[in-house]
Amino acid sequence: MKEPFIRDFDPIDTFVTPWATAADAAWNGQIVLMGFLVCLSCGLVGAFIVVRRLALMGDAISHGILPGLALAFIVMQSRALLPMFFGACIAGLLCSACIEWLQRKSILKPDAALGLTFTSFFALGVLLISLHGSNAHIDPDCLLYGEIGLIPLAENLSIAGFEIGSRPLISMLAITILVILALTIFYRQLLVSSFDLTLAKTLGLRINLIHFGLMLLLALTIVSAFEAVGVILVVSMLIFPSVTAAFFFTRMPAILLCSIPLSVIYSFGGFFLARWLDCSIAGAMVLVAFLCFVCAWVIGSQGGLLQRAPYLRRAVAES
Amino acid sequence: MNAIYSNPIPVRGWSIPLVPFALGCIALFALPAHGEQIGGTNDGLLERSLRFLSLSDGSVRMVVMGTLLMGFGCGIMGGHIVTRRLSLFGDTLSHAVLPGVAVGFLWSQSKDSWAILIGATLAGFLGVALISMIRKTTRIRQDSALGLVLSGFYAFGICMLTRIQKMEFGNQSGIDKYLFGQVVGLSESDLWTMLLSCALILLLTVFLYKEMLVTGFDSDFARSIGLPVEFLQYLLWLLLAFSVITSLQVVGVVLVSALLVIPAATASLMTEKMDRLLFCSALLGCAAGVIGSFISFLGSHLPTGPLIVLVSAAFFLVTLLFHPRTGLLPQWLSSRDRDRRILRENTLKAAYQELEAMDFKQEIVPVSQLASRRRISMPQAYREVESLVTKKFVTIHSPPGDASPSLQPVMLSLTPKGWETACRIVRNHRLWELYLTNEARYAPDHVHEDAEKIEHVLGEETVRRIERILSNPRRDPHGKLIPSQQDIERGFVA
Repeated sequence: MKEPFIRDFDPIDTFVTPWATAADAAWNGQIVLMGFLVCLSCGLVGAFIVVRRLALMGDAISHGILPGLALAFIVMQSRALLPMFFGACIAGLLCSACIEWLQRKSILKPDAALGLTFTSFFALGVLLISLHGSNAHIDPDCLLYGEIGLIPLAENLSIAGFEIGSRPLISMLAITILVILALTIFYRQLLVSSFDLTLAKTLGLRINLIHFGLMLLLALTIVSAFEAVGVILVVSMLIFPSVTAAFFFTRMPAILLCSIPLSVIYSFGGFFLARWLDCSIAGAMVLVAFLCFVCAWVIGSQGGLLQRAPYLRRAVAES
Repeated sequence: MNAIYSNPIPVRGWSIPLVPFALGCIALFALPAHGEQIGGTNDGLLERSLRFLSLSDGSVRMVVMGTLLMGFGCGIMGGHIVTRRLSLFGDTLSHAVLPGVAVGFLWSQSKDSWAILIGATLAGFLGVALISMIRKTTRIRQDSALGLVLSGFYAFGICMLTRIQKMEFGNQSGIDKYLFGQVVGLSESDLWTMLLSCALILLLTVFLYKEMLVTGFDSDFARSIGLPVEFLQYLLWLLLAFSVITSLQVVGVVLVSALLVIPAATASLMTEKMDRLLFCSALLGCAAGVIGSFISFLGSHLPTGPLIVLVSAAFFLVTLLFHPRTGLLPQWLSSRDRDRRILRENTLKAAYQELEAMDFKQEIVPVSQLASRRRISMPQAYREVESLVTKKFVTIHSPPGDASPSLQPVMLSLTPKGWETACRIVRNHRLWELYLTNEARYAPDHVHEDAEKIEHVLGEETVRRIERILSNPRRDPHGKLIPSQQDIERGFVA
């Protein structure tokens, strides 16, 4: 019997079965929690990335980490956490530095410099992986759309004999806390330098240092998130929450806070959608994010389509 | 306006070599192909390269054809989008076609290239339309809009692909090859679609060249002379989508945008003329395609797509560093030369001013005076004097009464060549000061800084013109003598 492309919607199987037994609930809970943490940390960093017009820099860094991961694996011959992490971070920062250098030094247009650099980095990474990665357990497909469904399978991290949870989950939790702390401590500096560079300069803020710090935070977030959602979907987690929230709020704190409920919606919605359709969970999470964005675009109170319909109609009539 | 536009642009010389190229492609295509696996045997390096270069192997011919067509199509379309600052549109489009690929696959239940082409083109158009809708109706900026559409569509495609892989017919389909690409999987119908899209791109570029040029560089002007800008824009999107989709299975989603951007960016470093840019870009794309697949043929586990991209990245790097006009290294060298020349000229000028301060009664200048006039330390002054000596601008004198020649130069005098240069610089400086005061109405105390810079770059022709405008003046605004041509030619007489 051939299975249809879109399966029949079975509410029991979708909503109840994942939580029926304690083991299932623990397993699926970890997946949803991971999704939540990824959305939250990316959303918080992403809000600043978007207002600084660096949305595609996130895309570039997420591709640029690949050669770092591959090199770390080749040198260490294992998937040890720290070397992979450092390799990826360094490669990501190197990629962003290359882009900025090219944009300053060459006559290339900025977008060309960006597109050129990160794709070259990515190609180098793919080449390295296919040269040495036959035993690397780095599945190139998973790099592109993540393996969040396998998060509970990852080795457990234990401190002083206590098993405290799967490694990606713990490192993502740590990064989320780091992001929240960093954004709380340096909130004013980030805000001023994002919206008014001249004011930030007159206030004596170290613009370059703040920029580098934000890039570092971005690279850290991307590196710890890519395992769950892959290198391309990371960028959606960076952009979607703040862009969606901006249809309802105009002030930065509100937009930042909005990423909490949005992350809940994305992670649960994506999980259930993937459960129903039997497809990639990370992909389904982004799909939910996309749907949320479209809804906000239509009904948003700050420049949504319904609200702006009279003005838009007039603009169309005039043109 | 219309008169400007209706001037015929002469037939572009570069379109002529394209004809034999296209014919060659078709001839290569007509040769019978055997479905052997590329790189499957364990021959030596030499035998492998011979096998590749002789094109005797059917699968090698397919690969060479495929990469040539891909490099050509992507190179030309890349040239169009990079000059329009739309590089990242290519990236977005290559991700946005993914759901269309899945739909096409689902529809035909197989890897039928026509169904996939149609589905992917529709998806690409939807993505582009969505971007322009977001741009028109919201305050979201371009980069965020691109990112939204890119990742949203891509996620949709991933969901569908992972779903298809779990269905019965999806397993052995090889549809996941669209993510990373695999040149070996090229079928004959894939090549036909590539050939068709290349032919369309070539037609567009040759017959609508000036229309594309005008819309690309000045769309307002294009609209004012009545060109269908929107239509041309959509035509460009359509062909871009074609070249992206046909290249997808060779290099995969991410690396297609590399093939669009890198050759075109390299070409934009080489030339500023659009026709040459498109030609270079297509050539670089083809070369990278063939060289990349050649290298991947030599090894056993070398993927073709990344190698093609890395080869074109290497072309870019070489151009960026060594191109005679725009290369960073030649630019650095020439700016270093210029800095040194300016330093030398400043020292010579200081020597002239010292001589002038002594009413030209002596011809020997102590180095210590030079140092104090230029406000530099003695060791620095020695270094500069030595560089002047090597260029034969000055000769060194021992001070009178000092029998033993000291290690450091103490006194110097100008050679005829040095005198001429010094006079020229001082003349440029004072002439420019006078010009600024008399003609541009600057205050006399504001002109020095400007003249300090321009004295090193004024050409003889400009100097003659300024002299004519000011009717051969003798005195600058501060009352100092402007050395004339006669002074320079007469030489320094004590």
